[in-house]
Amino acid sequence: MKLLVCVSKTPDTTAKIAFTNGNTEFDSAGVQYIMNPYDEWYALVRALELKEAAGGTVTIINVGTSDNDTVIRKGLAIGADEAVRIDADPKSAYFVAKQIAAYAIDKSFDIVFTGKETIDFNGSEVGSMIAEALDLPFISYATNLEMDGSSAKISRDIEGGTEVAQIDGAFVLSASKGLAEQRIPNMKGIMMAKRKPLNVIPPVDVAEHAVVVNYELPPAKQSVKLIDPDNMTELVRLLHEEAKVI
Amino acid sequence: MVLVIAEHQKGKFKKATFETITYGAKTAELLNTTCTALVLGQAEGIDNLGTYGASKVMQVNSDHLTSFDSQVYAATIANAAKELGAKVVVINHSTTGKSLLGRLAVRLEAGSVSGVNSLPSLDEGFKVNKNVFSGKAVATFEIKSDVKVLSLMGNSIPPEEMGAAVGVEALNVEVPTPKVKVLEVKTVDGIVPLPEAELVVSAGRGMKDPGNWGIIDELAGVLGATTACSRPVADAGWRPHHEHVGQTGVAILPNLYIAAGISGAIQHLAGVNRSKVIVVINKDPEAPFFKAADYGVVGDLFEVVPKLTEAIKAFKAS
Repeated sequence: MKLLVCVSKTPDTTAKIAFTNGNTEFDSAGVQYIMNPYDEWYALVRALELKEAAGGTVTIINVGTSDNDTVIRKGLAIGADEAVRIDADPKSAYFVAKQIAAYAIDKSFDIVFTGKETIDFNGSEVGSMIAEALDLPFISYATNLEMDGSSAKISRDIEGGTEVAQIDGAFVLSASKGLAEQRIPNMKGIMMAKRKPLNVIPPVDVAEHAVVVNYELPPAKQSVKLIDPDNMTELVRLLHEEAKVI
Repeated sequence: MVLVIAEHQKGKFKKATFETITYGAKTAELLNTTCTALVLGQAEGIDNLGTYGASKVMQVNSDHLTSFDSQVYAATIANAAKELGAKVVVINHSTTGKSLLGRLAVRLEAGSVSGVNSLPSLDEGFKVNKNVFSGKAVATFEIKSDVKVLSLMGNSIPPEEMGAAVGVEALNVEVPTPKVKVLEVKTVDGIVPLPEAELVVSAGRGMKDPGNWGIIDELAGVLGATTACSRPVADAGWRPHHEHVGQTGVAILPNLYIAAGISGAIQHLAGVNRSKVIVVINKDPEAPFFKAADYGVVGDLFEVVPKLTEAIKAFKAS
């Protein structure tokens, strides 16, 4: 199988969120960057498992500058065979998806994986955009994927439940929790990753239709109002009269 | 014209769809144009959609729309948008909407913003806000393209009965043949799914044992709330996976979130910090969750939760 896994670089889940340059840019000072967890833990690992079971190759792809190479090397250390970085500083999901689609369009990948969303923009758009640009079916929020030859059986999260679908032929999938279990790269993997190919290719021209013009932090939360544990009637009164939520 | 996709599940419209129609109607007012609701496939209560602000309701019927294939749905919506000359397309920020938004952006060569939480501002270009960094910040996006596609975060604006019921018009557009074969749809009936819930009661490791959940179910029962849980208890198999709220689970924004026996790790907060009001019950006064809470009760949840249930019963009876 020929598998493509799209990986993104995001601030660590515990990173301090602050902005700079007149609140137009994320302040990366002192921020630790990681591979987007949904891309790493679920999408990449499930792709590796499929390759281990049926043979093939796993390529990881990232749209970004050379600052992203550490994160890409981690993907190689976990087990991807090769990596591609499209050398650009993307400003929108549309730009990223169009770049990846332009790379993938003549390569006949069996499955293109993304994470269900990135933990910075929480957009959940790139997978769906790639699918449209490649004219392929798309399954979002996949929690299970089993292959039977070229036929895939996929479970996905829907509101209040699960949907199970079958696709024969190539498709794009966004990975949710449950699709696979996180793998920690071992020393051998880290050593081998240094010798695996990381091909840097130039971007294609894409218009940026929707870009961030300003960031704002939410107003600081008022400090908690403590209620006597023996007076739950008071809590109910506050929820009704003050907070007006019941 | 603003085109709103009136999403339904198993032929039923839910509150999130009414919110999206109201959002579309208000956006249309700002743009000095009209709002049309589009229904794909068969559903109950289509006549009613005008009530929430759509001045026109249209329906595409096809055997190809009986189960969900994002490729088919997106192509149909894009065909309708082109046919009707839509400048803004709005869909629910649901699992369905999320799998359509990107496709529509590509098909319509449109700028898209997913999970918008406020009406557009038109002072300088077309700008919308959405939560980013798992609710830790708000970003303002400017959309520069002629056609714009938005998904509306649930519970961001209330549905308003701002219009009148209108008749349904059939719309004939091309609907492609599905490639995705849906084998099974499993939903839990009778409870409001977490992403749509207004009231949520959640519990974590402080419950000590899965056999102790009766008090949580009872509190949720008297409130009419949906139950949720933290990651450790879902991972341990104490509670079903679909109840897990947090960074890797479901992100929710109810009006009221009651958390019992959850310490409030940053990954948990990332999924719940958009709740309007947070009540934290924990015996550890140092639990980090108290910093994110509006109301806190420092005490043993096995005593506090039943007392709260009784107090709510008394309130409901009064």
